[in-house]
Amino acid sequence: MESLILSLLIFFPLLGAILVALVPSNQHSTIKGVSLIVSIITMILSFAVYSWFDEVATGMQFEVNYSWVTSLGINYHLGIDGISLLLLVLTTILTVLCIISSWNSVTKGVKGYFVSMLLLSTGMLGVFCALDLFLFYVFWEVMLVPMYFLIGVWGGPRRVYAAIKFVLFTMFGSLLMLVALLYIYFQYQAFSGEYTFDLLKIMGMPIANQAQLWLFGAFALAFAIKVPLWPLHTWLPDAHVQAPTAGSVILAGVLLKMGTYGFIRICLPLFPDATITYMPWICVLAIIAIIYGALVSMVQKDIKSLVAFSSVSHMGFVMLGLFALNMQGMQGAVLQMINHGVSTGALFLIVGMIYERRHTRMIADFGGIAKVMPVFSAFFMIVTLSSIGLPFTNGFVGEFLILLGAFKANYIYGVVAASGVILAACYMLWMYQRVIFGRVTHEENKKLTDLTGREKLVLIPLVILIFWIGIYPKPFLRRIEPAVKVVLSQVSRASTVQLNEKFELEPVPVYGETGEVLEKTLTDNTGANR
Amino acid sequence: MDFQLPEYNLQLMLPEIVLFVWALVVLSFDLATKRKSGSAVGYLAMAGVLITGIVLAFTGHGQGFGQMFVADSMAVFFKMIFLCAAFMAIGSSFGITKDKIVNHRGEFLGLMLFSTVGMMFLASSNELLSLYVGLELTTIPLFALAAFFKDDKLSVEAGIKYLVVGAFSSALLLYGISFLYGLSGSTDLLLMRLNLAASALMDYPKVAMVFVLATITILAGLGFKLALPPFHQWAPDVYQGAPTPVTAFLSVASKAAGLVAFAKIMVIGLFAYYDPFVAPIDWGMLVGIMAGSAMIVGNVLAVRQTNMKRMLAYSSIAHAGYIMVGMLAMNELGLASVGFYMFAYMFANMGIFAVVALIEERTGSAEIPDYGGFSKSSPFLAVSMTIMLLSLTGIPPLAGFFGKFYVFAAAIRQAGSDPVHQWMYWLVGVGLLTSVVALYYYANVIRTMYFGAQTDVPRIEFTAPALTVILIGVIGTVVFGLMPNVVVEFASQIPISDMIILP
Repeated sequence: MESLILSLLIFFPLLGAILVALVPSNQHSTIKGVSLIVSIITMILSFAVYSWFDEVATGMQFEVNYSWVTSLGINYHLGIDGISLLLLVLTTILTVLCIISSWNSVTKGVKGYFVSMLLLSTGMLGVFCALDLFLFYVFWEVMLVPMYFLIGVWGGPRRVYAAIKFVLFTMFGSLLMLVALLYIYFQYQAFSGEYTFDLLKIMGMPIANQAQLWLFGAFALAFAIKVPLWPLHTWLPDAHVQAPTAGSVILAGVLLKMGTYGFIRICLPLFPDATITYMPWICVLAIIAIIYGALVSMVQKDIKSLVAFSSVSHMGFVMLGLFALNMQGMQGAVLQMINHGVSTGALFLIVGMIYERRHTRMIADFGGIAKVMPVFSAFFMIVTLSSIGLPFTNGFVGEFLILLGAFKANYIYGVVAASGVILAACYMLWMYQRVIFGRVTHEENKKLTDLTGREKLVLIPLVILIFWIGIYPKPFLRRIEPAVKVVLSQVSRASTVQLNEKFELEPVPVYGETGEVLEKTLTDNTGANR
Repeated sequence: MDFQLPEYNLQLMLPEIVLFVWALVVLSFDLATKRKSGSAVGYLAMAGVLITGIVLAFTGHGQGFGQMFVADSMAVFFKMIFLCAAFMAIGSSFGITKDKIVNHRGEFLGLMLFSTVGMMFLASSNELLSLYVGLELTTIPLFALAAFFKDDKLSVEAGIKYLVVGAFSSALLLYGISFLYGLSGSTDLLLMRLNLAASALMDYPKVAMVFVLATITILAGLGFKLALPPFHQWAPDVYQGAPTPVTAFLSVASKAAGLVAFAKIMVIGLFAYYDPFVAPIDWGMLVGIMAGSAMIVGNVLAVRQTNMKRMLAYSSIAHAGYIMVGMLAMNELGLASVGFYMFAYMFANMGIFAVVALIEERTGSAEIPDYGGFSKSSPFLAVSMTIMLLSLTGIPPLAGFFGKFYVFAAAIRQAGSDPVHQWMYWLVGVGLLTSVVALYYYANVIRTMYFGAQTDVPRIEFTAPALTVILIGVIGTVVFGLMPNVVVEFASQIPISDMIILP
């Protein structure tokens, strides 16, 4: 069972999608019911994975490895560590919430919508589990198609433009990744005589410095478009704003994480030398993203695009933490990936709820909502504060760790990035104030109804997560820690080789093959910080 | 004088013979029933293709007629493609109405089968003259087929255009072949290569000029057949004007035949990269430029097309470019990737044309804007078309993606193997960038079908054969994308066939 569970987790939504596709398209409630049940079962499966996960073990767990295309050395290789684990759980939870939240808002093409949602879920779960580069690429591309339809069919007025832009940007990046992937494939063949795309095996291969720079660039471009790192973010506001609520939630909650996940899983371990070379550049870009995203958010008139630009800022924090290349920064980055999924997901859901009532998202059209929708305002408050990073909410823990890491890496990074937190407070609170407080200035707002039971059901789990991570993040951090250590050891491996090339070095243990625990104890200050 | 007859091994030619006889039967069946056979003759033709396929599967490998006729992995693989394409083209031709085909259904199908025989013969020939004969048998029926709708101006124009260009390119090809024969004294491909290399080693300056001339004329001839720029201008007009099943057949089977001819003459006969002992001339870079411009021209011009068939014509030019990238990789992945790409391309393209034919028969239009709201009126066809278009785009896990991946893999391997071939990275780069452009115009069709302005598209009824064709297309695209193993194993035999000896 344990060896099958990842495959089951990935392909159960696909099975569900086929099942839903077989239901006659006029039976809306059956379609919704089946999708909900499928997504809930998927969520329970992910909880099972979470509970069976060995939190102290290093290396990959629940590994399966079958040959797929034998003659080209392509394998069906799955496995997860703590980082993937949390993202898996986040994905399944958000999928369930999205399906509940779009219960009434989707009226046309109901069947296609839910089929797309389930297919998307398969693609995302696959990306987080794949340990074969080819398989990773396949899942990475697969989710483009349902997302294209989600934005293009059920989106806002400029949906077609946004959908095409989203797909073109992503495709551009991922094709470069394909070339880099093939290059590594043949390099590995020259190195060991074996054709393979196996990530864990390739990690053991030294790559020439110059080649690393190119390869890192190719992968990083694909991932940076997805994150999105400034200045590659221009698809994001369009896609987020035009997508239907559930699409935005999945986009912000999970798809963006695929970019940062790619950095952790592929870029850092495979190209350590290039990582260290590019580190200052990426940190600077991340800081620009933090400040730029925040400043642009401040002037948005539309709540949804405000949230969209705030994503740019928040993902900048994640990138900064990642490329601080130390324990705190990276742990914080991984945690912040989850936090951003929870709080921005919740923000998009909230925006969607009010849009369904008023059919406008302009800040100027609201004001005084607190009087008519007290429960809504309370939820909105909690989520806003979590997004800002108030202590006792999840955002605080993540951003604190990231800033700690950034200060350790270079105090200038820390100082400048910290101003992003202040800016976040400005734009979020200002927006909240204009929407919620004051007098009711528009007639239409007086008749707004407060949250229904279904909508509360959607928000409560996210609020619980916000406080859980904020008050007691230990269970999460404990699961992230071994995985982050491994990544850091991979980075430090090559940096020591680079620094001490002339000296005889003890062979560095390659992890993963048998999942053995690293013998080398690591300090959290790697060679990177020198 | 003691003259020994070569071993004929006639049984190797059995598939061709069966199909040829069957084509005659199809022709006469239509006559015997006083042209009232209707769709029965179509089923008869499809059965013939199926039977030939079965015969082919049991024939096995070997050489006949001395070494002139070879049945090796490459021949068998491509024959499968030809037969599949013929099957699907015939299947999608059932809907052609009586007044358009003017009661010549027997001739229509007979010609298509004759053309298929020519392709199969071409795939097996190991010698320049029989190769040329095979190529002519392939194209001459296609001239007539392209102009089959006599009352349709566009169709007639397509026929004439194709005839002129086809005849011209054949002449060029023959001209080049005559040079090669003059230089080497042999029409046998392998012998030719050895003799050429030997004569080049001995007195290069004398023969160099003729070599270059021969290579260029042959490249031009084959370039016309494959519609590689700058010899591509005929393709859009012909594709648009010809009856849709014929266009489908042209874009897949005839292209595959051109590729086989290219592989035989250029790859096997004249190894691409200069090598003092095997290859006298380096034509790799030249074809590289042609392939690169095919990808650019095909993809960029496809963006502006509003007619589906015209768009597919440009996209087929682009696909020929991708395939040539694989062809240029002279390693064990190269020809295998060409085979796989063609195989994947066949399912998707034939399936798409089947859908286009259905829509055209119902609404009389192949304009993309007229597909608006198509997803509402015929959801099954729209989903099928979407899957196949995505395969052409190269979205995993569909077969088209794997083909593209395979081709690029071969090219990158070649580029990495020798610093001299590093320009192949640029070719791969062009391929990738243009793939993004391709995504745009394929997605545009999907966009129109799903999100476009609602036009009054009637529900499209389909006949059983058309449904079969579309199902084959979709299932092939999906199954060989998820499980490419079988075909990859088969395709990777191609470069180690009897007659291919790569240095």
